[in-house]
Amino acid sequence: MARMTMIEAVRSAMDISMERDENVVVYGEDVGYFGGVFRCTQGLQAKYGRTRCFDAPISESGIVGTAIGMAGYGLRPCVEIQFADYMYPAYDQITQEAARIRYRSNGDFTCPIVIRMPTGGGIFGGQTHSQSPEALFTHVCGLKVVVPSNPYDAKGLLISAIEDPDPVMFLEPKRLYNGPFDGHHERPVTPWSKHDLGEVPEGHYTIPIGKAEIRRTGFAVSVIAYGTMVHVALAAVEETGIDAEVIDLRSLLPLDLDTIVQSVTKTGRCVVVHEATLTSGFGAEIVALVQEHCFYHLETPVVRVAGWDTPYPHAQEWDYFPGPLRVGRALAEVMEA
Amino acid sequence: MTDNAPLSLHVPEPAVRPGGQPDFSNVKIARAGAVARPEIDVAPEDIRDLAYSIIRVLNREGQAVGPWAGQLSDEELLVGLRNMMKLRAFDTRMLMAQRQGKTSFYMQHLGEEAVSCAFRKALEKGDMNFPTYRQAGLLIADDYPLVTMMNQIFSNEADPLHGRQMPVLHSSKEHGFFTVSGNLATQYIQAVGWAMASAIKGDTRVAAAWIGDGSTAESDFHSALVFASTYKAPVILNIVNNQWAISTFQGIARGGSGTFAARGLGFGLPALRVDGNDYLAVYAVARWAIERARRNLGPTLIEYVTYRVGAHSTSDDPSVYRPKTESESWPLGDPVLRLKNHLIVKGVWSEERHTQAEAEIMDEVIEAQKEAEEHGTLHAGGRPSVRDIFEGVYAEMPPHIRRQRQKAGY
Repeated sequence: MARMTMIEAVRSAMDISMERDENVVVYGEDVGYFGGVFRCTQGLQAKYGRTRCFDAPISESGIVGTAIGMAGYGLRPCVEIQFADYMYPAYDQITQEAARIRYRSNGDFTCPIVIRMPTGGGIFGGQTHSQSPEALFTHVCGLKVVVPSNPYDAKGLLISAIEDPDPVMFLEPKRLYNGPFDGHHERPVTPWSKHDLGEVPEGHYTIPIGKAEIRRTGFAVSVIAYGTMVHVALAAVEETGIDAEVIDLRSLLPLDLDTIVQSVTKTGRCVVVHEATLTSGFGAEIVALVQEHCFYHLETPVVRVAGWDTPYPHAQEWDYFPGPLRVGRALAEVMEA
Repeated sequence: MTDNAPLSLHVPEPAVRPGGQPDFSNVKIARAGAVARPEIDVAPEDIRDLAYSIIRVLNREGQAVGPWAGQLSDEELLVGLRNMMKLRAFDTRMLMAQRQGKTSFYMQHLGEEAVSCAFRKALEKGDMNFPTYRQAGLLIADDYPLVTMMNQIFSNEADPLHGRQMPVLHSSKEHGFFTVSGNLATQYIQAVGWAMASAIKGDTRVAAAWIGDGSTAESDFHSALVFASTYKAPVILNIVNNQWAISTFQGIARGGSGTFAARGLGFGLPALRVDGNDYLAVYAVARWAIERARRNLGPTLIEYVTYRVGAHSTSDDPSVYRPKTESESWPLGDPVLRLKNHLIVKGVWSEERHTQAEAEIMDEVIEAQKEAEEHGTLHAGGRPSVRDIFEGVYAEMPPHIRRQRQKAGY
């Protein structure tokens, strides 16, 4: 075991995958020589050469479009979009092409690609360095959508994603790249080296896509979160003293419905937390599923804590980001109801 | 205050609209044989003029002339003629089948048969096309079974795509025909990626990208040219300029660039313009570009100048936006007739043999149609299972789709 940041874990996943499978190629803007603006691909070009890890023109549809073609040939491209906020020019390629190729060709062609993209806020990234567009992917049949919350999961899930026979959208919460973040921006950041989940095996291992993980067992209320919000939820539970069960979804599509249903039928209460804007966010899908599957066990209405229905602002970062205070209030609300 | 006159927006219009006299006097046509054939390893900047001319082999008298002539044997030319005739017969029957309600939709190739039929013959097994919906000649010229094509068009129980895809959006890995999408231009950049993959693996296979004149305005066209240029990918970037994008004349997509081929010049790509109704010219140019790609000399852009004689699709009526007789005035004529005349001039073909071949080919297509119809048509007979809706979204069916399939009763 080694201590790794999420950046190092993601890099290690690509390193191991490239070593094990010659068909794995890695590219994107600034990904090659420079090693990525977040250092996630540092050293890969030096180790595997310019034809396995290389810089791409600033063209998201070009990056994803070429990856689809490479997958059609038989490669396993793991490409990077520099920020999730910049995936929109590639949205046509992602939704109409990558997601549909297996279906529309009846398996004649497939699309085993991974599209990595740093996501989420909490870094004063403003409108186009903070977005959480996962709901725009979970609505697309044929895609898989993964959001890790720690280095251990990030590596195991990314290796799974690269080995997966279908396209995987891999959203990396950049606020978690260097350490866990619970929303307490006023405190210094703890590095991953001080966190249990910063312990990462150096070799190959996988975490199955579609399986959630319970981060804290509790009996009073189920908190369903992913990415940065897992840490915020844990902090809110700590601070309120409410005996909540915190579920880290890890995969949004496919979704581990069994774990959610088991938890909510046990607790009878549910709070859903995400950074993305509220209306038609992924939380709405979770609420609908909980209502469908746990209706007779629910003691109170399901509550959502999310980003406001506005673009992500700059100066008002901490009034926008759903921090532990807001999550704590929601926990108190469902317990009092 | 300003001394300048008010600005005005320029919106290009075709020279003639319905009711007017067709006029192609603005289309500059080079004499057959007049355009030089550069060395395969020529520098793109040395052949910039080829983006503004038209490479042609067959002259008015039906003779093959000039430096691009002489690349196909009589035997190969007869096969080419037969393939184009087969595609035309196929179109005729499928158009009729759509009118009879046997399928919901069809798109013809009328007037454009030479482009895909000749190009396919210049490729090798294992090369990959990324076609649009108007390149079925790539399949026909590779002897893809007509019955299978029809099964797809009829969405019947033997449809290789299990009824999931609209008619004519074929897919065949085995025949080097990438799954066709309804989304325009997306495949153009994918072709570049496939070619990059071939280069990454040190393979010798090449890719061919296909796009129409209208779709060159899509951003994926530009991405494709950038990536092809940057990585010198072994790809042939084909633009089929049939003058029309549904009702929109090619001047709307082309703007002031003169020709579509000229788009390649700014990307440092060798760009050729060819008579798309000249089977010999299409083959010769395709072979040049394919050989260039295969020798690792990089991508080539080719504009095929042709004319969309038929309606855009079975849902379209061209008489409301262009003169009815416009195709008859098209100066590059009909690709089938031109190759037929050439073969007659050469003494290896005759009117009688042509008439006989037409009948034979139509019989073959009708025979295939009978067989396909035994598997059902869109609203009658065998059809794909409802279960097929749910299969193949992912390699393994996830639980939520399984639940929905069960809800549907399967």
